[in-house]
Amino acid sequence: MKPKTLLLTLILALLPLAIACRQPHDEIVIGEFGSLTGGTATFGTSTHEGLLLALQEINAAGGLLGKSVRVVTEDNQSKPEEAVTAVLKLIKQNEVVAVIGEVASSRSLAAAPQCQSNRIPMLSPASTNPKVTQVGDYIFRACFIDPFQGSTMAKFAVNSLKLHKFAILTDIKNDYSTGLTEFFRDTVKSLGGQIVAAESYNEGDIEFKAQLTAIKAAQPEAIYVPGYYTECALIARQARELGLTATLLGGDGWDSPKTVEIGGRFVDGVYFTNHYSEEEQRPEVQKFIADYKHAYGGKTPDAMAVLGYDAMEMMADAIRRAGSTKGPAIRDALASTKDFPGVSGRITIDGNRNAHKAIVVLKIDGGRFHFVESIAP
Amino acid sequence: MDQFLQQLINGLSWGSIYALIALGYTMVYGVLRLINFAHGDVYMVGAMTAYYVAHWLGFATAPSLQGFVVVMVLSMAICAGLGALIEAVAYRPLRSQARSSMLITAIGVSMLLEFGGQRVFGPDPKFFPQLIESHSVLRAGGVILTNIDLLVVFLSLALMFGLRWVVLRTRIGLALRAVSFSYDASALMGIDVNRVISMTFMIGSALAAAAGAMVGLRNPKIDPLMGLLPGLKAFVAAVLGGIGNFPGAVVGGLLMGVTETFVAAYISSTYRDAVAFVILIAVLLVKPTGLFGRVTVEKV
Repeated sequence: MKPKTLLLTLILALLPLAIACRQPHDEIVIGEFGSLTGGTATFGTSTHEGLLLALQEINAAGGLLGKSVRVVTEDNQSKPEEAVTAVLKLIKQNEVVAVIGEVASSRSLAAAPQCQSNRIPMLSPASTNPKVTQVGDYIFRACFIDPFQGSTMAKFAVNSLKLHKFAILTDIKNDYSTGLTEFFRDTVKSLGGQIVAAESYNEGDIEFKAQLTAIKAAQPEAIYVPGYYTECALIARQARELGLTATLLGGDGWDSPKTVEIGGRFVDGVYFTNHYSEEEQRPEVQKFIADYKHAYGGKTPDAMAVLGYDAMEMMADAIRRAGSTKGPAIRDALASTKDFPGVSGRITIDGNRNAHKAIVVLKIDGGRFHFVESIAP
Repeated sequence: MDQFLQQLINGLSWGSIYALIALGYTMVYGVLRLINFAHGDVYMVGAMTAYYVAHWLGFATAPSLQGFVVVMVLSMAICAGLGALIEAVAYRPLRSQARSSMLITAIGVSMLLEFGGQRVFGPDPKFFPQLIESHSVLRAGGVILTNIDLLVVFLSLALMFGLRWVVLRTRIGLALRAVSFSYDASALMGIDVNRVISMTFMIGSALAAAAGAMVGLRNPKIDPLMGLLPGLKAFVAAVLGGIGNFPGAVVGGLLMGVTETFVAAYISSTYRDAVAFVILIAVLLVKPTGLFGRVTVEKV
């Protein structure tokens, strides 16, 4: 090798080391990774805003274990592979004591093995696929799981809406969407309903008319679309353009201001299951909404903001009870969380590290999400 | 039967978009023997430009057909400029080099537009303003034709015939055909080859921009990486029709749209992209020059 080439290679090889130089700290550092940009950007930004609100309150009340708390945030651009890089950076470089993230199940699933093998407790605010916490005993979640969400929507549709013929449109590569599909389908069948069509799409698609035309031919009374808002809103729009009048049903992936922006009047009449409703009158909910509006210029919080807030508060509560920032101690404290008064409901962590709490059904009407029903587990 | 007809409408309307993009690939290949991989991203810039123009001119809040046409034409003009710029900066200096250098530069330009786009426009999907309210214009049995589908097909056809007129009936079209027949000979005959190539890029980019604006209208979610897959598919469409051949690109694009729709409808959307490429391989095995392509003898 020529000297010049050798020098250049050396510099390039040493560059990451120089960047990785870290500073000492005497504070508690918690890591957050989320989709601040990309296809599900509102999930990440809402979660982040909720989390920051909780962080301010925690630090204003004197921090944890006599130290102030700092949150380091990494963006994963809505990509699973970036989630792995982000969480590794948090653990190895920022030496965080615990990790909060992600909303999307596929990204939580990508990052969870890293937290597990490094014995860093990870608390997902909103990943609902059961597989996430099955990765290991360091992985927790602050939300309900897909079997509950999928089967609740099926029960609601059959019992309350009196619908019996369903079609399903699934995001085929998405763990969250396939999970909801499975539990919705099984519950509908056990309640005597019928699945007349099952179609699929891929995240990022913008053209759904082929699948929707096929669904239309099967004449369902309702279509279950358990996806994320960018695709769901376009699906609603194209379904109505094709003259499909069936009721649209969805999961918490519909919860975003963008749903109404993209879907317009076409998303009116959609029912979806969610973690919270701003119309709930519980004092925790109303106080959170007031604080959030004050902090973010009058913006109404969505469910992801609520879960970000709850996740941060749960983590703080666990560290406080653990009396230590050691991974195993925080893990044990998180596992023994019981009747924690979260904004999204009373949270109890069960033996599978899932949160037990109520679910709400919302209906979109005139561009607003209205509370329909709250269903306990 | 209703479903079949509806799927055909869906496919043709979707395929017109591919056809418009495919024309750009074919034109550039015709004059330079270059696969311009940045072409799909010019389509993205077209959609983004249309988005900003619509907001600046206030058409986003006051929808109308004229508004859309103005937005589309402005976006086409701006992207024509971008096409000429890309050619002058990235391809012209390499024209005398090995063809692979230009090809790799094309991939570089593509990445620059994609990730530069994430920087400039922001990486989040944007909602394209509804410049025309969609409603059905034809309803026969279970088949519905929306005004937007009709407009997309109509505008695409108009642009294709416009292009045909330019290529067959104008001096620049004559020059373009001459350059694509023989680069060296036309240079010797006094044709300003640089101007012709620049013009080719401008026309191709304008067509891609039109496709971008129409996709925004039809499927109103746009983002900086939206050009990746349609660009690739349109390239396949161009090869399928016989690269370098104009009617071939149009037929290839429409065929691609219809095939994708039918595969998603009757087989599974999981295989949609795979089938597109399987068809490409099958056609090329039977007829290596594509459907309409002619055999050209490589002169040494």
